[in-house]
Amino acid sequence: MSQPHERIDPARILARTLGPDGPELSCEECFAQLDRYVELELAGADAEGSVPGMRAHLAGCPACDEDHDSLLSLLGTD
Amino acid sequence: MAMPAEIPRTEPIVETTDAPSRDLHERLNADGAEREAAVVELHALLLKAARFEVNRRRDSLPHLRGGDHDDLAQQSADDALLAVLAKLDQFRGESRFTTWAYKFALLEAGVKVRRRAWQGREVPLEDEAWAVLADARRGVAHETETRDLIAALGEEIERSLSAHQRAVLVAVTLNDVPIDVLAERLGSTRGALYKTLHDARRKLRGALAERGLDVGGSNRREER
Repeated sequence: MSQPHERIDPARILARTLGPDGPELSCEECFAQLDRYVELELAGADAEGSVPGMRAHLAGCPACDEDHDSLLSLLGTD
Repeated sequence: MAMPAEIPRTEPIVETTDAPSRDLHERLNADGAEREAAVVELHALLLKAARFEVNRRRDSLPHLRGGDHDDLAQQSADDALLAVLAKLDQFRGESRFTTWAYKFALLEAGVKVRRRAWQGREVPLEDEAWAVLADARRGVAHETETRDLIAALGEEIERSLSAHQRAVLVAVTLNDVPIDVLAERLGSTRGALYKTLHDARRKLRGALAERGLDVGGSNRREER
């Protein structure tokens, strides 16, 4: 069973339940753009400007956010 | 596109640079022995990524034995190989081919790890979420605005959302059920459930704003 009482953070709860404000990509769009977005980030380019709505989606979707972090980390080890 | 009759088992990690990356995509579109060698090379890349992901998530799988982790990585690489080969014509060259391929292995491994971590566990009941909200409200007893917002949030979750929206929102955002696990339990997909979550959030934001509450607006990524 989960143990939600271990970390009750009101700000986190509000962020998770209300999600990001404004337009965001879908999970499918996020996956389609993820490789390009991460390479732009690693190059120091304007990733969000090139892929609008990606940052908002990553803020709202923990699973896609984890995929993003993993790809960023993996490329960082190459 | 024809699938390989057998998924190759590979061990070595393949060096990746830009030039071989382009070559690999071309060789995967070739025929015969050249393509077969390219498929073996691709599988090695995917296995490298899958092992990376399984190792990153190792702490969430304390009940697995040593070999189980590598089995999970192998299964992930096998499934990712099929996905990459099936979608080869969708590669547009907007990133390195290896980066494009890696994301399939990371996705497969991430989903498998989350589902394995929740194997045999019940999805928490909605009642547990109400306790989370109650605790959060008590935690900000002296911050009137935040306390009122959390109280109103709980009321609107019950009042404004459909049963399905409420179940998805509560499970994913309050009870910390991974969306891929919930999708498996409900016979759905990550994308479909996220759409439900997105619609529920919009409803809640609208309902709270109508009550004159400041719901703010930021795309802050959570601290983990």
